[in-house]
Amino acid sequence: MIEFKSVSKLYPDGTRAVDDFSVIIPSRKTTVFVGSSGCGKTTLLRMINRMVDPTSGTIEIDSRDIAQTEPVRLRRSIGYVMQNSGLLPHRKVIDNVATVLLLTKVPKAEAYERALTLLDTVGLDRVLANRYPGELSGGQQQRVGVARGLAADPNILLMDEPFGAVDPIVRTELQAETMRLQRELDKTIVFVTHDIDEAFLLGDQVIILEKGARIAQKGTPEEILARPASDFVASFIGAERGKRRLTVSSGVQANGDDLVLVDAGGYAAGVIAAPDGKLATGNASPKSRSVSNKTSQAGDA
Amino acid sequence: MQWVWDNFFFGNPSIWQLVLDHLSLSVPPIIIGFLVSIPLGFWASRNRVARSVLLGIFSVLYTLPSPVLFVLVPVAFGLAILDSKNVVVALTVYAVAIMIRSSTDAFLSVSSDVRESARAVGFSAVQRFFGVELPLAGPVLLAGVRVVSVSTVSLATVGAFIGIPSLGNLFQDGFKSSLYIEIWTGIVLVLIIAAIFDLILSGLGRLLLPWNRRTTRRGASRLVAKEAVWTS
Ligand SMILES: Nc1ncnc2c1ncn2[C@@H]1O[C@H](COP(=O)(O)OP(=O)(O)OP(=O)(O)O)[C@@H](O)[C@H]1O
Ligand SMILES: [Mg+2]
Repeated sequence: MIEFKSVSKLYPDGTRAVDDFSVIIPSRKTTVFVGSSGCGKTTLLRMINRMVDPTSGTIEIDSRDIAQTEPVRLRRSIGYVMQNSGLLPHRKVIDNVATVLLLTKVPKAEAYERALTLLDTVGLDRVLANRYPGELSGGQQQRVGVARGLAADPNILLMDEPFGAVDPIVRTELQAETMRLQRELDKTIVFVTHDIDEAFLLGDQVIILEKGARIAQKGTPEEILARPASDFVASFIGAERGKRRLTVSSGVQANGDDLVLVDAGGYAAGVIAAPDGKLATGNASPKSRSVSNKTSQAGDA
Repeated sequence: MQWVWDNFFFGNPSIWQLVLDHLSLSVPPIIIGFLVSIPLGFWASRNRVARSVLLGIFSVLYTLPSPVLFVLVPVAFGLAILDSKNVVVALTVYAVAIMIRSSTDAFLSVSSDVRESARAVGFSAVQRFFGVELPLAGPVLLAGVRVVSVSTVSLATVGAFIGIPSLGNLFQDGFKSSLYIEIWTGIVLVLIIAAIFDLILSGLGRLLLPWNRRTTRRGASRLVAKEAVWTS
């Protein structure tokens, strides 16, 4: 569990990037910070591994103030994945993945063995191990970035717009992989994005931020969609534009029992099953996926 | 040609002796200049004020004609006027003056994304310098030191004019006695030494920076191009 307690960050140039931010990030869940550019998402994330120190307030991981932990040691115990992967261009893929292990003096052979296993974990062919990052596609680089973040088997994985720079198809693939990894590895993921669709897709808890990292709304995707807390949230999630408010099309009749749904602009948005003229109801939370096996372990983030 | 054979190992001083003298004047400034410029360039790349002060001082030093430096150095360092160390120190000053710009650019060429991510995964400041910033600055540093090497080897000839033996002696004597073969020998030997140094340096580059050939880093090559323009 990560807890922000009245955290503020004032940069030396006077920018108040984070203003009195308090939140609890539960263990073994994905929490997404979403908001527009410059609202303080990266600053929040970097305060968790002490790349940025708060001006006031405290951050606790499992009830221990992180200000007491030496930053370099803290960072080695927390995975970090960033946009453009941030891989070291002069080190081969295998060395990049093994970076943290080598920094913490794990024997070379062991570190490489683990790095190869991690390439499997993130769905990369082991033949890529001896390439330099510049010889990989953007999507592959991001996967290597994720593998590196997982190398030390951290409990916490911080992801800062990790899929911002890849094309939509690869992004969808990587999002699916992230959900699979979260399910299989049971990490506490803190994910930053400005894409609300990505936030709703990945987040167990979604935190919508305004400038100064002020919380506009916090909740599950379903709660936020059902009851936007303000006009700001409504417009941010696209409800206002009618993008997410769907109605059954009166015009087109789809195959069999399916009805076509249109958004407020009249554009086809999808289909819904309606056996015997009654609309189907589904489980609202696709992310209740594997909660069962998560509760068995104690809540160390 | 006969003259060359007659004087290569014999004569006072022999051509071979002058080659050795020339090497001992030019090798130390290249190495020291390179080593000194690294911390200075790193500092300059991190601190705007340091950058303008350092680059300012060294561009002034660079514009000083070498005779002025040959007079100033013994005074400043308390050396005898005819000490060959004067030439070494003066050439080192020139080497740093050229190299500091490359090394500043070199450290600036390291992408901030990579530096930040190295910090994020837990490199300490020292590990980051030696493990990330120095190697990534490598290509631009290499381009700089190649320029320094050529310029130092050719500048070392001026030692002759203040009585410190080098291949420049061949120019001087050649002019005095109108022995053109002597002048040509000097020129060719200087070129050969410069070429050999350059081969050694580029070989070292290939050895130490294997990733640089396989991945084209646009940032680095752009800076190399800029460097070439600046020094020409
Ligand atoms: N090192 C810094 N010095 C001064 N101001 C900064 C610094 N880093 C960030 N800021 C400012 O703090 C605010 C929040 O920045 P931050 O990078 O956290 O935003 P963000 O939500 O991650 O934005 P983006 O979506 O564009 O990445 C911005 O106004 C930014 O200009
Ligand atoms: Mg950001």
